[in-house]
Amino acid sequence: MPDLLIELFSEEIPARMQARARADLKKLVTDGLVEAGLTYRSAGAFSTPRRLALSVEGLDAASKPVREERKGPRADAPDKALEGFLRSTGLTKDQLELRDDKKGQVYFAVIDRPGRPAAEIVGEVLAAAIRNFPWPKSMRWGDGSLRWVRPLHLILCILSDEAGAEVVPLEVDGIAAGDTTRGHRFMAPDEFSVVDFDDYAAKLRRAKVMLDSAEREGAIAQEAANLAFARGWEIVEDPGLLAEVAGLVEWPVPLMGEIEARFLDLPPEVLQTSMKEHQKFFSARNPKTGRIEGFVTVANIETPDDGATILAGNQRVLAARLSDAVFFWENDLRVAKAGMADWAEGLKSVTFHNKLGSQADRVARIAALAREIAPLVGAEPDQAARAAELAKLDLRSEMVGEFPELQGTMGRYYALAAGEAEAVADAARDHYSPLGPGDAVPDAPVSVAVALADKIDTLTGFWAIDEKPTGSKDPFALRRAALGVVRLVLGNGIRGNLLEIMTPAGLMLTTLLKTSGYKSAHADLLAFFHDRLKVHLRDQGIRHDIIDAVLAQPGNDDLVLVVNRATALNEMLSTEDGQNLTQGLKRASNILAQAEEKDGVEYSFGADPKFAETGAERALFAALDAAEPAIRAAVAKEDFPAAMSAIAGLRAPIDAFLDAVQVNTENQIVRRNRLNLLSRIRAAGREIADFTRIEG
Amino acid sequence: MTSPRSDAAPRCFQDVILRLQNHWAKSGCAILQPYDMEVGAGTFHPATTLRSLGPKPWAAAYVQPSRRPTDGRYGENPNRLQHYYQYQVIIKPSPPNLQELYLDSLRAIGLDPLVHDVRFVEDDWESPTLGAWGLGWEVWCDGMEVSQFTYFQQVAGYDCAPVSGELTYGLERLAMYVLGAEHVMEMPFNDPDSPIPLLYGDIFRQTEEEYSRWNFEQADTGTLFQHFRDAEAECERIVTAAEEDSAGRRILMAHPAYDQAIKASHVFNLLDARGVISVTERADYIRRVRALTRKCADLFMQTGLAQVAA
Repeated sequence: MPDLLIELFSEEIPARMQARARADLKKLVTDGLVEAGLTYRSAGAFSTPRRLALSVEGLDAASKPVREERKGPRADAPDKALEGFLRSTGLTKDQLELRDDKKGQVYFAVIDRPGRPAAEIVGEVLAAAIRNFPWPKSMRWGDGSLRWVRPLHLILCILSDEAGAEVVPLEVDGIAAGDTTRGHRFMAPDEFSVVDFDDYAAKLRRAKVMLDSAEREGAIAQEAANLAFARGWEIVEDPGLLAEVAGLVEWPVPLMGEIEARFLDLPPEVLQTSMKEHQKFFSARNPKTGRIEGFVTVANIETPDDGATILAGNQRVLAARLSDAVFFWENDLRVAKAGMADWAEGLKSVTFHNKLGSQADRVARIAALAREIAPLVGAEPDQAARAAELAKLDLRSEMVGEFPELQGTMGRYYALAAGEAEAVADAARDHYSPLGPGDAVPDAPVSVAVALADKIDTLTGFWAIDEKPTGSKDPFALRRAALGVVRLVLGNGIRGNLLEIMTPAGLMLTTLLKTSGYKSAHADLLAFFHDRLKVHLRDQGIRHDIIDAVLAQPGNDDLVLVVNRATALNEMLSTEDGQNLTQGLKRASNILAQAEEKDGVEYSFGADPKFAETGAERALFAALDAAEPAIRAAVAKEDFPAAMSAIAGLRAPIDAFLDAVQVNTENQIVRRNRLNLLSRIRAAGREIADFTRIEG
Repeated sequence: MTSPRSDAAPRCFQDVILRLQNHWAKSGCAILQPYDMEVGAGTFHPATTLRSLGPKPWAAAYVQPSRRPTDGRYGENPNRLQHYYQYQVIIKPSPPNLQELYLDSLRAIGLDPLVHDVRFVEDDWESPTLGAWGLGWEVWCDGMEVSQFTYFQQVAGYDCAPVSGELTYGLERLAMYVLGAEHVMEMPFNDPDSPIPLLYGDIFRQTEEEYSRWNFEQADTGTLFQHFRDAEAECERIVTAAEEDSAGRRILMAHPAYDQAIKASHVFNLLDARGVISVTERADYIRRVRALTRKCADLFMQTGLAQVAA
């Protein structure tokens, strides 16, 4: 069984595209081979900045012959039908067989496809894979028409077995496949031939190319850690950067440098961001000082001076970058220490949204809202309002202008420089959180107040101007903002009714937009919060129908209450008792609803034990007499587990009643009494949730 | 060459330029002179914009003085200038060894890739005012961007076929690195051993100061807005003029029209530096310049320079 080796050698492939390209090459080629009738034992794909490679082991030497039979039209069918069949099979009429079928004689085509040698199949499959490769962005070059991520120079494609290697004949846009490749661009640029994958990988290594990106990542991480360890430092881990850097080098040579003392007073986040974004450096931290004091750059070459020239060059570039950063930092600090009035003024000229006013308008709304929210979360109202006024000012700073990802982070530094309280400064940093489902939720009261106010202003604002997310379009990240509200409320156990909390925002927007009313918009927005809540709880294993049953209850804009109910209900429903109880409650509700519909009345009052005819009936009366106050008391205390256990006690009496008693009897007094008894069951359930919404 | 690198290294700014000129001349490019109009980058030279259109082979290299009014720093910033030089190479169709030719140019100015760390890092290029884009890299030398390397895919909305390869070197930054200068104004312009040695600052410090003041404070915005409208109108007039001249000869005026587009683009940059163009207006001005470039390209495509020789 031969092995297949493919390498597509090109000009530099963007680092971010390499992982996808490996997977795509493997899939396109192996799928094509399998579809053409070749099986294989294993396959692995590799990439460097200049090559994509695929090794397929244990490939069939040829596909098996296949006999295909196709049923055609009946012998007496119109000529047109037969012509079509001949065209589609590529046969002539005398090559067809006539066979007896249930309905008469039918034409059959028997097509024998001989097995094909692997080389032939591989050639076709690879040519198609190259022509149809799904690069996120591809290009043409020279006067050719082929598209590839960057100009493609060589195609290596060989099949090898004990007898030796054979080049698979194939040509794409003037590039003929061969058995050669090249090594490192500078250290080993000459072309060489290979006979199989092991030979290929070994010769590449001699030619200063580490083929496997995982090996390069490992080598970089290891050597960077060693270099840092030698100085008593540690590398700040960054898996994304590691993968990117491994995609920029064929032969990684990490080099360590020091950050000049004049830059060490810059905030560590600034050092780290500047080095990462501009230079793709890893940061090295000194655990004794807690500061970022060094960096690791990864060169792609071993030089006679052991990288001294390269390191010196990188140091110079870094110094120029950090000089800019120091310049921004010092200018910003001057503005900050003067109270940041320039920035506040500047926010007036930044449009947030043409209907919702400037950033300054928005900040004023958030501050007013944060003041209202503060008591709910245990924050000092003045402090919350102050924090909201400061939280967006860093958007005008030079540093955030240069590094937008440092918004908030810089806000905290500048607030501290302005002499603000720690809690206020922390809120400037943390009020954007949580940004994603995995992002931590702030828990400091002032931060929580501003974070909630920020998101509620955004949501009520866009709802007021009817710019809601539709389908996959959510340009203002409103789903994220709503999930943020949900997580802030739940994470901090904030008790309050969202509709009330949002009311001041609605009033301010009503004034701004000169519209009338906001209530229907807020009702719609509440449904949007409920949708986010469902997604959030589903991830925690609570079914959507359980949440629906709870959301049908009053007070559904108190999310903490909703979740407590849903959690207790979920717990109960996971027991057999709970499931049976649900069945009983639903049965009772159904019988009752049918009777109510038929009679046109609502049965809700006046069941009397004196009309009870059976023991089961009397037992149910007694059980309800005991359970109802217990449930009500537990619900009033929001002790939902206790409420659940109280209602769970009704399971047996309800079952016994429904089994033993026919509700709709001839005697109208008894029937009415039984229906009214059922209504007590329904009411008891309704104290907790709308059980009719529970599925199953 | 076996001589030590220090002997091979250039000693002044103009030496870097001369070596690039020699290298690209030897590589078969026509060495053009700068275009005689104010432009923001070497790409605006008609030798790149217009000549990258159509099927005719083309190879040119030139220095282009470039103006970016918003980058003015009164000559004080070590790296930023409102007037600087780009070195531009454009070859159509892009030859298969363009990367090698480029690396040889680095060797020619003393950057040996066996000692330095030269890398091609993804960077896709786009010019909204030219309606142009391409894929390529920024070339890093020891972590510093020294050139932009682009395979043009579209110019003025036209698919490039064949594709041109474009190289752009930021000359001051590159030369500062090669020469080890910390501040652009301190970089030797001519040979330091000349009878009259001149530094970059001897030539450009005062002009940077003067232009910075004019760009940021003095340029009369009313006049500039008028210039923009005039250039736009003249461009429109030229592209819609009759195809025949007074003697009945068919002469399409793609290049004069394009001059007006260049002018509009530069005036827009000046207005931008004066801070009188709002964010929303900005997009609209860019769109207007792109529309002009497109019309010039439409006209150019009908001229002899864009046709295959019979």
